[in-house]
Amino acid sequence: MMNLADSAPVTNNLLGSEADSQRTLYPYVTGTSVIGIKYKDGILFAADMGGSYGSTLRYKSVERLKSVGKHSVIGASGEISDFQEIMRYLDELILYDNMWDDGNSVGPKEVHNYLTRVMYNRRNKFNPLWNSLVLGGIKNGQKYLGTVSMIGVNYVDDHVATGFGNHLARPILRDEWHENLTYEEGVKLLEKCMRVLLYRDRSAVNKLQIAKITDEGFTLSEPYSLKTFWDFNAFKNPTLGAEGSW
Amino acid sequence: MFRNQYDTDVTTWSPAGRLFQVEYAMEAVKQGSAAIGLRSKTHVVLASVNKASSELSSHQKKIFKVDDHIGVAIAGLTADGRVLSRYMRNECINYSYTYESPLPVGRLVVQLADKAQVCTQRSWKRPYGVGLLVGGLDESGAHLYYNCPSGNYFEYQAFAIGSRSQAAKTYLERKFESFMDSSREDLIKDALFALRETLQGEKMTSSICTISILGAGEAFHVLDQETVQRLINEFEVVGEEPPADDEAAAPDAEAAAPDAAEGAAPDQGAAPMDI
Repeated sequence: MMNLADSAPVTNNLLGSEADSQRTLYPYVTGTSVIGIKYKDGILFAADMGGSYGSTLRYKSVERLKSVGKHSVIGASGEISDFQEIMRYLDELILYDNMWDDGNSVGPKEVHNYLTRVMYNRRNKFNPLWNSLVLGGIKNGQKYLGTVSMIGVNYVDDHVATGFGNHLARPILRDEWHENLTYEEGVKLLEKCMRVLLYRDRSAVNKLQIAKITDEGFTLSEPYSLKTFWDFNAFKNPTLGAEGSW
Repeated sequence: MFRNQYDTDVTTWSPAGRLFQVEYAMEAVKQGSAAIGLRSKTHVVLASVNKASSELSSHQKKIFKVDDHIGVAIAGLTADGRVLSRYMRNECINYSYTYESPLPVGRLVVQLADKAQVCTQRSWKRPYGVGLLVGGLDESGAHLYYNCPSGNYFEYQAFAIGSRSQAAKTYLERKFESFMDSSREDLIKDALFALRETLQGEKMTSSICTISILGAGEAFHVLDQETVQRLINEFEVVGEEPPADDEAAAPDAEAAAPDAAEGAAPDQGAAPMDI
């Protein structure tokens, strides 16, 4: 059935792989925003548990926050299968690190930069891992929080987000984040951001988890929902004054 | 050591379970000019005696910077040493590039040892004829290691290799217990004293020794000649002997602490690699 023309090796190596079916062209099952913030004792992450299949909110128990070794947490948005692949790479990285058994261990900075190399190299082969990742952690009291995109863009900050979170959550964080947030304050701030995302991001689902990492270790909350209020005046007659809309 | 019928190939065992080619490689280390290393909790000092083949030539480089946080001093076939230094630099820089973090010295040392071991188990290779004193930092502080042509490595508080290194080791064995808490300056001074022992009466000047140091917050670097000469002059003015506890720090030179300067009994019939 396969055309001979398709199976002949492509001489144009700019695209890296032989046939198009071998490269990632578009994502299928995707997660939406992840938010991460530094707080007094470490890092807090929030992400919902939705896995969208295009416009369908198909999977509602997808864990998009995972721990990496003893010191780091990763949160992913984008293609879920690629996130699973990334987790395999990271589990292997941690395994070999542990096998040295020498008192040294990879911290969040090392994991972040390792991921950057992976993402950027895949991007250069035109076969990206279709994710935006948030990577944070704490080691020897030093807090670290950064992000990597599918094209290998890497930066660190006191608060980071992926996707819609950059547009809806970060302005809130720029106003309200400060260095000495307690755990309760941090969670409240994250919930405020997640609520906005729930209202305004169509791929958000109302079932989220909060992950925390401190020098004591990693915890991942049980999934829970946010209370929402739909009787805001702004939500009633939303198109009032918008000519031509309905 | 005498020639025998089991020493032609590195892949031939002797009936006593020795690999003579590897032991001969370790002899090459003993023929090189001395190199010394000592460490405290926070710093490592590497020092070497500069041998020049003639007055007209420059001396061989025996101390190499591997990374900001790792340095190495070699004794033996310096060409082999250069090649291994390049390997170490490569490993460090690749790790830094991927992880934006310095390669822990303990891991580099194991990689180096594994590389040396390969040469003891291939018929078409020969062991590296160089001993390396690797000083570096990792998460748990400053460390000093000695890498052997045999593929073994050991961690030390202080050590000396190369010709007349026994004199330096004797000095270090007396003083090593105080090194952990030594200040940076005292550590350098002790290195100079130990180096002086290997000169056996020859006049000590900054042109025949090289001193290097690295520490937490201090990148590896070689001290310049002026500084070294000034330090030499300081203790030559004060007097012959190194200051303080010569007696107090020597409970029992034999029953030394776990990290004691080792290698005191090279080949008394026991294969050196067994130590």
